[in-house]
Amino acid sequence: MTSQVSTSAGDPPAVGDVLGEQRRPEKQTRRLDRVIIRFAGDSGDGMQLTGDRFTSETASFGNDLSTLPNFPAEIRAPAGTLPGVSSFQLHFADHDILTPGDAPDVLVAMNPAALKANIGDLPRGAEIIVNTDEFGKRALERVGYAANPLEDGSLESYSVHPVPLTTLTLEALKDSGLARRDAERAKNMFALGLLSWMYHRPTESTESFLRKKFAKKPDIAEANVTAYRAGWNFGETTEDFAVSYEVAPAASAFPPGTYRNISGNLALAYGLVAASKQAELPLFLGSYPITPASDVLHELSRHKNFGVRTFQAEDEIAAIGAALGAAFGGSLAVTTTSGPGVALKSETIGLAVSLELPLLIVDIQRGGPSTGLPTKTEQADLLQAMYGRNGEAPVPIVAPATPGDCFTAALEAARIALTYRTPVFLLSDGYLANGSEPWRIPEEGELPDLRVDFATAPNHTNADGTRVFWPYQRDPQTLARPWAVPGTPGLEHRIGGIEKQDGTGNISYDPANHDFMVRTRQAKIDGIQVPNVAVDDPGLADGTGRARTLVIGWGSTYGPITAAVRRIRREGGQVAQAHLRHLNPLPANLGQVLGEYERVIVPEMNLGQLAHLLRAKYLVDAHSYTQVTGLPFKAEQLAAAIAQAAEPVGTDGRSGNATKAEGNADV
Amino acid sequence: MSEALALVPKAEAKQSMKDFKSDQEVRWCPGCGDYAVLAAVQSFMPELGLAKENIVFVSGIGCSSRFPYYMNTYGMHSIHGRAPAIATGLATSRRDLSVWVVTGDGDALSIGGNHLIHALRRNVNLKILLFNNRIYGLTKGQYSPTSEIGKITKSTPMGSLDAPFNPLSLALGAEASFVARSIDSDRKHLQSVLRAAADHQGTALVEIYQNCNIFNDGAFDVLKDKDSAQEAVIRLEHGQPIRFGAPAEDGLGRMGVVRDPASGDLRVVDVTVEGTDSVLVHDAAASSPTTAFALTRLADPDTLHHTPIGVLRDVKRAVYDTDMAEQLEQAVVQQGKGDLGKLLAGGDTWTVAG
Ligand code: SF4
Repeated sequence: MTSQVSTSAGDPPAVGDVLGEQRRPEKQTRRLDRVIIRFAGDSGDGMQLTGDRFTSETASFGNDLSTLPNFPAEIRAPAGTLPGVSSFQLHFADHDILTPGDAPDVLVAMNPAALKANIGDLPRGAEIIVNTDEFGKRALERVGYAANPLEDGSLESYSVHPVPLTTLTLEALKDSGLARRDAERAKNMFALGLLSWMYHRPTESTESFLRKKFAKKPDIAEANVTAYRAGWNFGETTEDFAVSYEVAPAASAFPPGTYRNISGNLALAYGLVAASKQAELPLFLGSYPITPASDVLHELSRHKNFGVRTFQAEDEIAAIGAALGAAFGGSLAVTTTSGPGVALKSETIGLAVSLELPLLIVDIQRGGPSTGLPTKTEQADLLQAMYGRNGEAPVPIVAPATPGDCFTAALEAARIALTYRTPVFLLSDGYLANGSEPWRIPEEGELPDLRVDFATAPNHTNADGTRVFWPYQRDPQTLARPWAVPGTPGLEHRIGGIEKQDGTGNISYDPANHDFMVRTRQAKIDGIQVPNVAVDDPGLADGTGRARTLVIGWGSTYGPITAAVRRIRREGGQVAQAHLRHLNPLPANLGQVLGEYERVIVPEMNLGQLAHLLRAKYLVDAHSYTQVTGLPFKAEQLAAAIAQAAEPVGTDGRSGNATKAEGNADV
Repeated sequence: MSEALALVPKAEAKQSMKDFKSDQEVRWCPGCGDYAVLAAVQSFMPELGLAKENIVFVSGIGCSSRFPYYMNTYGMHSIHGRAPAIATGLATSRRDLSVWVVTGDGDALSIGGNHLIHALRRNVNLKILLFNNRIYGLTKGQYSPTSEIGKITKSTPMGSLDAPFNPLSLALGAEASFVARSIDSDRKHLQSVLRAAADHQGTALVEIYQNCNIFNDGAFDVLKDKDSAQEAVIRLEHGQPIRFGAPAEDGLGRMGVVRDPASGDLRVVDVTVEGTDSVLVHDAAASSPTTAFALTRLADPDTLHHTPIGVLRDVKRAVYDTDMAEQLEQAVVQQGKGDLGKLLAGGDTWTVAG
């Protein structure tokens, strides 16, 4: 495949309107295949923006990338403290990569707290760029440094670049006329400029971004651009930075197409808009603000010109209630929330199961229980989605695997909801929501046709020959009931949460009818057509034979699991991998697949919820490997754990969690 | 036809009460006040002349919430307390529908209190019929949030300790644009209130005193008994002096409602003693809710003496679903009709050639 990467800005600047300029370093350069950078500072230091900008530069350069923003739940935690540290990690490469990376090669630490909070993650030899201006006595004491780590030799095994970022930024802006406070705030752009120089990032997009972002405050815009350029020049001129690095575009990693960088929540919001268009139904979102789901509400609120109605409700219950009302009226209805919100919505989800109306419930999972860890990731709502309702109330579950996949998963969830007239869970999580990756923009022709037929005429003939409408007369194939929306003459009907008589939908307390209806609702969900799960087992293709061990995951662990499996294979190990997008119903071939492997390992960011389902349904001795740190798995650790768990049964028994995984010598 | 129903398609043929009766057997206790309300609503509906497929009744849980099953319109019997939220989604997404909520005192004021107040403040185009029987009927007789203090019920053998809500005071505090009250047995009055509610743009709250003859029989007898009612009930009419009781010489009631200049509260006076000059003229359209609120406080909570019925407040203000529809149109004017390809491409893209 011959590849070529070109960049284009969506809104080209008007002629003569120079928004940004492209700059090229002249010092010695070295080629790298991949780099992991972590920006860390106070919540108020603008680290997320800095990371976002570096990501955009990197995406438009054509590297593959994966990001991990990590920030406190407090909006402005006390300055200079460990809990107040906000960080943004970016992994970029000249080949295809799957995770934000385990250990940063470069740490940018804006203060002692950022250094202290992150130093433990750095491998020996990592580069550390510190803002020395913030390393005063009080700042050091606040985070418990007895001595200055920049001077006491404790950082000897790292390559430390002490840079007075604040002083240099103020110096660069001394003619800007800005107050010291305002000028100082541009220091993150100085740092970004320096890193952009170090890694040959394209610079013009950041300059034009800053000019647009601060269009109403041109002096601030200029100050940020000046600081950004000063940072770049600093790298080019100072002796401390002798080399800069090149990471070539990952052109061959990408199938042809037009790409952009996208976060999971943005992809999910776009997926919903696309589903509405493909279904030719107006989108209605009922939502209540909750981290980390609010961004979907924000995003959809901006697209009213697509006929999108967003309703910020008084609470989680009203949010889903309004969505269900809109579904009754014929909208593509959605509610977005996180775990605690799902708990509140449970009763209404049960009603939607009983009413058999299409409804998407988007759960951006976060650490639990209760308020838990609002800004951290977890996969512990699987069983809540599966079973968290009174009565037998089955709900299909779809889980995206990567940030970009949130788009496709939203369309798939909509397909199931609309085809089978059922609420559907879309289980994303904090890692997917805020993480980002390059995403191939689909052509409109690639999107599924989601159009539905509303009921328009009576569907049953009474004994006396009159034609009537039966709201629970099912489609024999899908078992879906007709969707007859108000405004359709002759189909007036009443539905409710009380058990209904099969067919007529009239209230029925008949024991046999209830038994039949419970089983029929279950059969409808069990019968949903979902694709078979694919197994990646290289041995089957190259003739070395089937692997003994299958690693199976779901949702956002796709990246780390795939990276771990690749590591194992690189070192000669043999392991098969499968990943579930559909958690309910599970793919029809899954039982067979599981039966083909001696060892089944299930890594999850919970205490083994999928493993529990697999054991219960397929009687397989699934080995559960779990982590609930609020952070995604690290590939190296996971590889070691998989390798250990893959040992023949008997040597390690069936011990649960290989939490202390050092190396992977045996694969 | 009122502006409130302008977007709802009209019936092609003349309708009768029969058109609104469903084929379901009505299953309230014999003698329940709900029958009277159902009959009043079914016989009132033809008057609106709306296509009945564009009418939707949404209810929560409770005796009154069975109501939708008996109306031959679209309907949803939902879950406890949530009908206003569900109806809000329906009404905002389908402005061609006439959406009615049927709820009770437990449903609307206890478990669903939050949804009720927010529906009222938003002013979505909904008509909420609150059947107040001051008791839990379906769960067999516990006190409700409108039961009087000290009420002996199964869950309060020594008397209820809860201070009750005054539903109309609550509604006015929640910025309701339309607040009215009627009584199950007074079909003519009830229908006049329904008419005003249907004509109102935005959320209308109609409290209907409803007798539960099984668990709280006679709760409103003082307002129904011909002799006592004359002194107990104040019939409000927009633009008319607030007079009630046995007729005075001028043919209007002997009693009048006046404002106490010191406290600003309302009180009842004998006009044959104090004259008619200071008697208040009812103004449902007053922009300030102060007088309407004072009217809701007039009745004695124990004896129900001096209970105003009729439309207490009926004012025009921004309607949520209308404004939402306008924002959608505005967005098209400002941003152009949504173009999915453009949206997905966003700002910075790059191309990988094959
Ligand atoms: S319990 Fe009371 S409110 Fe309920 S149906 Fe019987 S009489 Fe009516």
